[in-house]
Amino acid sequence: MMHKLSVAELIKGLKNKDFSSVELTQHYLRRINESKLNAFISVTDDLAISQAKEADLKIAKGGSTLLTGIPYAHKDIFCTKGVKTSAGSKMLDSFISPYDATLSHKFNLENMVMLGKTNMDEFAMGSSNENSYYGPVKNPWDLNKVPGGSSGGSAAAVASRITPFATGTDTGGSIRQPASLCGITGIKPTYGRISRYGMIAYASSLDQAGPMTQTAEDAAIVLNAMAGFDSKDSTSATKETPDYTKKLTNSLDGLKIGLPKEFFSSGLDGGVEKVVMQAIKEYEAMGAKIHEVSLPNSMHAIPTYYIVAPCECSSNLSRFDGVRYGYRCEDPKDLDDLYLRSRSEGFGKEVKRRIMIGAYALSAGYYDAYYLKAQKVRQLISEDFKKAFQSVDVIMGPVSPTTAFDLGSVKDPVSMYLADIYTLSVNLAGLPGMSIPAGFSKNLPVGLQLIGNHWSEELLLNTAHQFQLNTDWHKSTPTEL
Amino acid sequence: MSLDNKQVKEIAYLARLSIEDSELEQSTSELNNILSLMADLSEIDTGDAEPMAHPLHMSQRLREDVVTEENLAEEFQAIAPKTGKSHFLVPTVIE
Repeated sequence: MMHKLSVAELIKGLKNKDFSSVELTQHYLRRINESKLNAFISVTDDLAISQAKEADLKIAKGGSTLLTGIPYAHKDIFCTKGVKTSAGSKMLDSFISPYDATLSHKFNLENMVMLGKTNMDEFAMGSSNENSYYGPVKNPWDLNKVPGGSSGGSAAAVASRITPFATGTDTGGSIRQPASLCGITGIKPTYGRISRYGMIAYASSLDQAGPMTQTAEDAAIVLNAMAGFDSKDSTSATKETPDYTKKLTNSLDGLKIGLPKEFFSSGLDGGVEKVVMQAIKEYEAMGAKIHEVSLPNSMHAIPTYYIVAPCECSSNLSRFDGVRYGYRCEDPKDLDDLYLRSRSEGFGKEVKRRIMIGAYALSAGYYDAYYLKAQKVRQLISEDFKKAFQSVDVIMGPVSPTTAFDLGSVKDPVSMYLADIYTLSVNLAGLPGMSIPAGFSKNLPVGLQLIGNHWSEELLLNTAHQFQLNTDWHKSTPTEL
Repeated sequence: MSLDNKQVKEIAYLARLSIEDSELEQSTSELNNILSLMADLSEIDTGDAEPMAHPLHMSQRLREDVVTEENLAEEFQAIAPKTGKSHFLVPTVIE
């Protein structure tokens, strides 16, 4: 029953010699092997066992750190030296990374154990994990439902306890939305908090990595290992990193919670709203004070994001040219043919769509109307938050307007984009955001979103941890476990 | 503002993507649906708001001008589709 334990409990177990890292790793590898969720693109059995052996040696001989010997699953967007790194794309199906992402490097330094690389929407573009070249991931609560995206494999893996925790990335909600739909805890820190070096770029001014865990306490422990300045990432923040576990136990008495009225409008599912409001009541019982706030421009987040992100992606993904790495078409007749066919055959539909939107919005004559205008609206969205945080400490609301939807049920791109309404504005403003399990609607998990001011991860984790001390939604697991 | 099939083909080519004729109609309609979602933007009064390029309004950090990259030429060539000596090979560009 090792898989029922949180990271905090596993750390204690390893320390007390209740089990070794090798035993733990074998247990999880067995569970992954038996899983039918398609949560992993690659399972790195041999590497995991050798890393676990090394960890056990360190633990026995000294030189271990808190997370030494703890297994984890890595979203397949982080480069891992000598291991396939696909970003969920045919374009990188044969790509064995020649270097480690800073995050992979940091985990290796702590002698943590990588179980494998998790499934995801191609290049992190999607909200259902259905855009993966490797097929969709199934939601462990209902195998006919999506797990959310783009970090759908990571979310499903943590929810089904086939990994103690996983990494994710969040450009427009890709940690928070799958965390909500799978009933786990996920935090997207402030932009610049975790190095983006070796994290395959989608939209560079929005992308941010974060932990996906069972509990807020685990998220704090893992964030400690992930966060910090990195000279290899030019947008990495130089700001000092606190110990994120230090303030978990602070009281929430007098905490000012803002509820944006725009987040409780017509598009929100009634069952989701009920769960979110129940969670807010829980906070009131803990001594928090509820205030209404307004984020009028957040309702423009969808067009703003779906201009800014595709523009950045059309530029970022121009590196995939069939020349230096990745997919190359058969028998190109000339250089143009090589570019055209390598890219057309290597990218999936949604990726091509976003590249084209970006290429169009950035093209001569349209730049001012689309990209420049979107950047101005982005400023307004950001200012709304700034104003709101003058009167409240934390903003709360739903993560997603609905619970997990049926696989294959959302066919047109625009309807899929609309599902991101509550998460996008947080990325546009560069703020930290979190999803924590808050209850169920029709037997499917519902997440509560916590949004904080820049660099307020400690307060968010504290706020989430206190909720988890008073409720046990985060302990619910799918019945088959 | 809506795109026709010819414009969609041109945009695709700008991004070095090709669209099969059989998929052109659907691509055009999907892109137009997405663009109509964006039409909303033109109606927003952004006043004198500055365009926001960086979420924390930071400027690019500069580093010392020293060599930091190791020579990984062999590792990088090992993963390339086609190489020769120290080159990445592509079809002949100039006869």
